[in-house]
Amino acid sequence: MLNYILRRVLYAIPILLGVNLLTFALFFMVNTPDDMARIHLGAKHVTPEAITRWKSEHGYDKPLFVNPAASGIEKATDTLFVEKSLKLFVLDFGAADDGRDIAREISQRMWPSLVIALPTFVVGLLAYLSFALLLVFFRGTPLDTGGVILCVALMSISGLFYVIGGQYLMGKLWHWFPISGYQPGLDAWKFMVMPVLVSLIGGIGDSSRFYRALFIEEIGKDYVRTARAKGLSDLRVLFKHVLGNAMIPILTGVVVVIPRLFMGSLIIESFFGIPGLGSYTIDAIQAQDFAIVRSMVFLGSLLYIVGLVLTDISYTWADPRVRLE
Amino acid sequence: MSAPVSKLVVENLCVEIDAGGRVLKPVDGVSFEIGPNECVALLGESGCGKSLTALALMRLLPEGGRVASGSVRLSDDDLFALAEAEMGEVRGGRLAMIFQEPQTSLNPVMTVAEQINEALAAHRGLNDVAAAKEAARLLRAVGLGDDKLASYPFQLSGGQRQRALIAMMLAGEPELLIADEPTTALDVTVQAQILKLLKELQQQRGMSLLLITHDLDVAHDMADRVAVMYAGQIVEWAPSAALYTSPRHPYTQKLFAVLPRLDRRGERLDSLPGRVPGPDSVFSGCRFADRCPAVFERCRLEAPAFHETVPGHWSRCHLAEAEEPTSSRVRHAHQVTPTGTHGAAESLRFSAYESGVPLAGAPSAVSLSPVLDVRDLAVHFPIRKGLLRRTVGQVKAVDGVSLQVSAGETLALVGESGCGKTTLARAILRLIEPTTGQVRLLDESLADLSGEGLRRKRAQMQIVFQDPFSSLNPRMKVGEILAEGMAALLSLSASARLQRIANLLNQVGLPEDAASRYPHEFSGGQRQRIAIARALAVEPKLLILDEPTSALDVSVQAQILNLLADLQQKHGLAYLFITHNLSVVSYLAHRVAVMRGGKIVETGDAEALLTRPEHAYTRLLLDSAPGKTGAA
Amino acid sequence: MMIKPVLLWSDALILLLLATVAALVWLARKNDTFRAPWRQVMSSRMGAGTALILAVYAGIGLLDSLHYVERLPGAPGQTAGQQAQYSGEVRSALDALLKPLRENVEKTYSAPFATHLYAKETMPGPDGREVRDFPRLKHGGAHLADPEKDFWSDVSERAGLGLLGGWVVWLLWRSWFGCRNGGARFGLPGSSCSAAGPPRRNLTLLVILLTAGALIALAPHYHVLGTDKVGQDVLYLSLKSIRTGLLIGSLTTLIMLPFALGLGIAAGYFGGRIDDAIQYLYTTLNSIPGVLLIAAAVLVVQVQIEANAEFFDTAAARSDVRLLALCAILGVTGWTGLARLLRAEALKLRELEFVQAARAFGVTDARILLRHLLPNVMHLVLISVVIDFSGLVLAEAVLSYVGVGVDPGMISFGNMINGARLELAREPVVWWQLAAAFVFMFVLVLAANLFSDQVRDALDPKSGGRK
Repeated sequence: MLNYILRRVLYAIPILLGVNLLTFALFFMVNTPDDMARIHLGAKHVTPEAITRWKSEHGYDKPLFVNPAASGIEKATDTLFVEKSLKLFVLDFGAADDGRDIAREISQRMWPSLVIALPTFVVGLLAYLSFALLLVFFRGTPLDTGGVILCVALMSISGLFYVIGGQYLMGKLWHWFPISGYQPGLDAWKFMVMPVLVSLIGGIGDSSRFYRALFIEEIGKDYVRTARAKGLSDLRVLFKHVLGNAMIPILTGVVVVIPRLFMGSLIIESFFGIPGLGSYTIDAIQAQDFAIVRSMVFLGSLLYIVGLVLTDISYTWADPRVRLE
Repeated sequence: MSAPVSKLVVENLCVEIDAGGRVLKPVDGVSFEIGPNECVALLGESGCGKSLTALALMRLLPEGGRVASGSVRLSDDDLFALAEAEMGEVRGGRLAMIFQEPQTSLNPVMTVAEQINEALAAHRGLNDVAAAKEAARLLRAVGLGDDKLASYPFQLSGGQRQRALIAMMLAGEPELLIADEPTTALDVTVQAQILKLLKELQQQRGMSLLLITHDLDVAHDMADRVAVMYAGQIVEWAPSAALYTSPRHPYTQKLFAVLPRLDRRGERLDSLPGRVPGPDSVFSGCRFADRCPAVFERCRLEAPAFHETVPGHWSRCHLAEAEEPTSSRVRHAHQVTPTGTHGAAESLRFSAYESGVPLAGAPSAVSLSPVLDVRDLAVHFPIRKGLLRRTVGQVKAVDGVSLQVSAGETLALVGESGCGKTTLARAILRLIEPTTGQVRLLDESLADLSGEGLRRKRAQMQIVFQDPFSSLNPRMKVGEILAEGMAALLSLSASARLQRIANLLNQVGLPEDAASRYPHEFSGGQRQRIAIARALAVEPKLLILDEPTSALDVSVQAQILNLLADLQQKHGLAYLFITHNLSVVSYLAHRVAVMRGGKIVETGDAEALLTRPEHAYTRLLLDSAPGKTGAA
Repeated sequence: MMIKPVLLWSDALILLLLATVAALVWLARKNDTFRAPWRQVMSSRMGAGTALILAVYAGIGLLDSLHYVERLPGAPGQTAGQQAQYSGEVRSALDALLKPLRENVEKTYSAPFATHLYAKETMPGPDGREVRDFPRLKHGGAHLADPEKDFWSDVSERAGLGLLGGWVVWLLWRSWFGCRNGGARFGLPGSSCSAAGPPRRNLTLLVILLTAGALIALAPHYHVLGTDKVGQDVLYLSLKSIRTGLLIGSLTTLIMLPFALGLGIAAGYFGGRIDDAIQYLYTTLNSIPGVLLIAAAVLVVQVQIEANAEFFDTAAARSDVRLLALCAILGVTGWTGLARLLRAEALKLRELEFVQAARAFGVTDARILLRHLLPNVMHLVLISVVIDFSGLVLAEAVLSYVGVGVDPGMISFGNMINGARLELAREPVVWWQLAAAFVFMFVLVLAANLFSDQVRDALDPKSGGRK
């Protein structure tokens, strides 16, 4: 089993390298540093000198892969690829185009992101699973049919409307919570409740319907019939047998996103003015700050791969076939 | 052990299923009873409604199904009148059920102990230490050691799983155990063990047993009384001995007549035309009328009642109405010697040339050089382990097999699941690459061929698979399926191809318009005919038949076996017939090779090998085959 | 007026898509295994109703894809030999049909059915002095002499006429297709005229026809859904947004399919190194957060478009290329899910006996892939196409909000919502833009979701017809 996990960890390296090359290609080869300079310097008529100056200020004045000017090992290391791309592997994110240190921003902004994302994830998972179990328990009844119709209707509404509707109702009309903003410390809850609620409602249609389908599929299997033939109650069959087996596909979808919780949600954070990594990213996209976007892409991939490894580990807990072989 | 005396009475049970707006009646008026400590077999071909009958007794019908009418009384309790909570106590308590698929019937993420304890807690209030002790006792009762308590189902073999399932169902000390095809998915040696176990448990515990099966021999070995089902109804209901010596219903008689057996070698098997009517059929008269050899006018007009011909022997047939119904009134008289009563030795007369059409028997033309010559063939699969997936060992799926098949000859390759027989077939065809060894086809080594040469060679060897559903591409018309091999291997003009397709369909007994239809429009037997026609299309000399009748009902199996015999005679084909079914082997094989663990343990002339087996494993196989106990 | 048709890239792709679908339908028209599931879909009330709604949306989108430019009136003294001058503004057939809506532009916001502007203005009063009041709209209800008195009678009269018209059309339709074999000819169910009530799908049609009738009667005279910040009719914007949504939903799939099909099936069928390589590829793509990858690619495309501005002669062509780039990016990043599904299916199929039988004939791999594997995974492809569609329509809104969606100048649901959401802070609230986008999107996505449920039930053997 240890071998199995070790192998998964090793497999992560070529994937991260691939991500790295891909982003490097996008940001430095399709778009040259010259293009970048032009965007930031704004005006149409930029002098070549200004571009050169901007590039050297931001460390973009090196060649891509091979530096003929340098000597020895630096021929290969004193290049954009090593400086801007490979250094991400040691979590050296460098500075944003506005000069601020990206690593520091990340370490500060991940907490507000977590404050929103973690409760959303935990409460959401419990709520969606409970709702799905409720529907499955009453399967075939009008309650189930109505629930499924509600789910389809809810998932047909764009997420933006949930945010806008939530802000309008809970914030503006009913004055329950501040419409947006954030405060660290104990007061954070005031700013936390509405984004969490909105995310929950926005996700319930999709997730509950998915979980319900999983449960229904499990219920059709032979071992459920065996369990019922043993005379077990419907509730016990549902919670012990069906849930136990459905755990495996549920974990596949759930565990992988846990590490990404650090990165927050783009939409929620930017609408509610949460100073987390999500809004950091969206601001960077809108300001066309490629250094930040590149860092976030790498961070996202890294966390995804951590999620994959965690998923594999969680299987060993949920599935004896993985644990014991 | 003091199981209370009880009796199950089923009266006029009707089950309805909602299928997309239409209401089907797969079970329509079934009545039978089971006495205390009795074993009753519900016997029938697939789709006759026997499993649904059992599920209805448990009130476990699949979604969309419901009991439309009828009653089930266990002792004096009307099961259909109980509240769901009360039924929960009966289920797994007084009335328990085991299922066909040991692979899927156990919860894969719970240990055997957990799954047994659940039942103990539910029905006997046992917990913790008491439960653990009782679970261990139950496991021992079904022949499993205590060490299996902590096992997960995937760590057990098929037979062990079935034993564990039985232990779970014994936990509630049932008065009646329903066994739905409990051994169909198991190998023949394991089947014998499980059946023996069930019989012993029934006798020790004074349990009643309702055995649901399609296998005449299994029913004969196990049951005190047998109910034969056809199209949702019981057509014959009799004590086992009476049924097997003098079956009354034409359907039952036919079922016996179509069985391939050693003493029918060389005879053409009697066959039952047509197919079992589906649950959506509408009947005006007797449900068997369309296939019955003794049909007369009244059968089409009036559904026959259930007549008691002799005390305790009932038959749903107009012919049984008369005082002394004998099969002499059946025009196509086929009074059959009961199966199973023949001892292995006694009935081994070869009757090949006695009854008109010689079909099996000695190969028609024994050529000197065999069509297929396999020498020391081995297929090894690497086992990879560790961080870098290094090869640490090898699974020897096929481990040095040699065999020969001549033109017009049938070599039966017998073995249980996992013995490597299917791998061997694929290696011969070079669908997988053999590790070592040589395959010569018509004196040409396949290993030396590659590319175009190998492709041409493929015309000489073809294969027919087991599963008639997955062996035909559902998106291609039958004509296209038949043309595929011709297009790849023969250079024929379009009109010649069409001519040949028509010819092939004719040969396998299908209508000519079949070519323009899709596989899903055909029944399992018809699909198998299509698969045979597809293989024949390229005029092979060798046909590998990989369990070609295992997925078919016995009545259809007879049709296919007859067809294969005809084709062999006509074309002088060499057959490598892979099977686990010994009665089929004894009926049609000229020579037999017994395979185990990738090796051939015994090979020889069919008659000699089946009557005087030398290897212990062959003897075990032969002794395990059902239908032996009656002769004892 | 002279016009010259313009074929934007997206128009060409839509035509290609239509032609492909038509060809496939034509080829498979006799194939019963192909037709049976669709007959099942269309014979259910839900399937037929949602298909009709989707067809109406598709019709609007198609009308909006027939583009042209108008010829400018020749300058005096211009000779016939000279090059004709065309307007730089690309219009569509839909624009021509909605001409009154397009041209009835107010100054700024006005509420639905309003006769006065939303904002007060300083203007000369009746007594000549300057007053601050809500001015009358230039177009909305401009024909009313005294809005306060005539408004209701005028609206109800026009609405009544429109509804009546819709109902008459519906009756005609029923008498033509509802009871005659005409319906069967088009494979439409409900063509048998049973005594037990009208054929079922007519109800959806009735609602659509009544709505259309009322809108046709009212829209030229009122801003039925109000106007936006720069006074454009919101109904017009909503109708124009449909094409963008549909394009994203369908072209993305068109671009994604070759990747998903080719790579997914190849990985499953060939296994070994090819499988490893393809799995590596999609794990890598999957590992990048979706929005970020799309954002990164869109940013790059944006820079490229700006750098090569001279290639695009019209604004429409520019936003069109941006839209296509977005579809391409969504397609290239979105194939992994389906590919994984197809890989698993191909893995199963290659062990199936009909594939083994084909191999025993020495049939080539290419032929096996084409004849045996591809047709047997098509149901999965179809299911995933219809399921993805609704997700993509929703994604457009979010991406446009993030700033990496369609061109900000292009009319789309995302841009509509984006433009409207800040106005919620106003007092009284400007709600109609959001409401319009909400209703139009909701109906489209809900219909697509319900339709995809039906398709999945019909095509997926696992769902067993009943969920």
